[in-house]
Amino acid sequence: MAENREFFYRRLHSLLGVIPVGIFLMQHLVVNYFSTYGPDTFNAVAHFMESLPLRIGLEIFIIFLPLLFHAIYGVYIAFTSSPNSFKFGYFRNWMFVFQRITGIITLIFVVWHVWETRLANAIYGTEINFDLMATILSSPFMFWFYVIGVISTVFHFANGLWSFFVTWGITVTPRSQVILTYITIGVFAIFTYMGISSLIAFAF
Amino acid sequence: MAEENKTIKMIIQRQDSPDSQTYEEEFELPHRRNMNVISALMEIRRNPVNAKGEETTPVHWEMGCLEEVCGACSMNINGVPRQSCTALVDQLEQPIRLTPMDTFPVIRDLAVDRSRMFDSLKKVKAWTPIDGTHDLGPGERMPESKRQWSYELSKCMTCGVCLEACPNVNSKSNFIGPAALSQVRLHNSTPNGEMHKSERMDAVTGDGGLQNCGNSQNCVQVCPKGIPLTTSIAALNREATVNSFKSFFGSDYNY
Repeated sequence: MAENREFFYRRLHSLLGVIPVGIFLMQHLVVNYFSTYGPDTFNAVAHFMESLPLRIGLEIFIIFLPLLFHAIYGVYIAFTSSPNSFKFGYFRNWMFVFQRITGIITLIFVVWHVWETRLANAIYGTEINFDLMATILSSPFMFWFYVIGVISTVFHFANGLWSFFVTWGITVTPRSQVILTYITIGVFAIFTYMGISSLIAFAF
Repeated sequence: MAEENKTIKMIIQRQDSPDSQTYEEEFELPHRRNMNVISALMEIRRNPVNAKGEETTPVHWEMGCLEEVCGACSMNINGVPRQSCTALVDQLEQPIRLTPMDTFPVIRDLAVDRSRMFDSLKKVKAWTPIDGTHDLGPGERMPESKRQWSYELSKCMTCGVCLEACPNVNSKSNFIGPAALSQVRLHNSTPNGEMHKSERMDAVTGDGGLQNCGNSQNCVQVCPKGIPLTTSIAALNREATVNSFKSFFGSDYNY
């Protein structure tokens, strides 16, 4: 392991993006979707998540640390590539570029989002509930910032899931990779729908 | 014949030495039937006069086999990296723009230094050692179906087109690129080559190796030999995964 550190870091980056960060993202979007059932339902579900045992430990080891590594190493990966999709406009090459662009957008979005919610809660004791999100999203600028952030995050996850399967050698043949493309498009569509629906439910 | 008066226009990116500035030079030369880019370049060499009628230095480029098996004459032709020997003038839009492949350092004009690729082949031990201190006898036989499959991988001519198209092969990274990776798969697949599989897998998961692939899959799109490069990469990924699980807690032998 010592001599192929780069291999280890790259594989770790790929793994953490899906497990646990990707799984957390799906869970988060599902919980948020309860906002479409009304403020009371959302508050009840959010309260259930808040009262999970060992919450701080879960947050640190399942969310913050993996996310931090994925983000920092991801920025390094993004800036060591030299995108050329205008010259080679193949589908996968565009996905390659979008993966890096959405990675950066997602990082900015997530930093702001965590600051505004979880850190505000930790530092100022801001209560996290339906009203907090409704207040934030009542500004049209923030609403569209969140829309772009959610779409970009879900894209990065869905397309990252595709490359996860290739990176770990699960989908080897071109055919299996094409089928996986359709599956990940499905993942993108479902979670984008859920995310945007929640935003609309909070804001309007 | 009417054809006598036809001319072809070429715009060539030139560079006098590895460190000097690049500049463009336009050429207009008489059209002949069945011309390829190389014969056009030969015409410029025969009569090195540019479109303005000025005498200039002949354009320098590399070539070898002239039948798309050596890879030496690769360059960007109208923006597409390919071999100039199989680029037929009549099938190209004019003016024909020639630039050297920019992934590699330019030696002069269209000739580039492809050492990066050859060094990678050495790094991953892309060969099968067959010499011993005594006659080792004939090699083991190989199933015909497997031989046919691996023959496709052996068509690689190290032309560099896949490295030119790869967004992760650049001056900021030391990625060895798709060509060398696929050669590892070729040499791992033969009964004799398989004996050195672990050494190659170590090299391939080392610095600048397999893990640098970003799955843009340009390589397989541009490969002039139609080599299934991305399948090779994914298969090596699978192999590396299996190996890393097998020796997760350490192992006293290499697969």
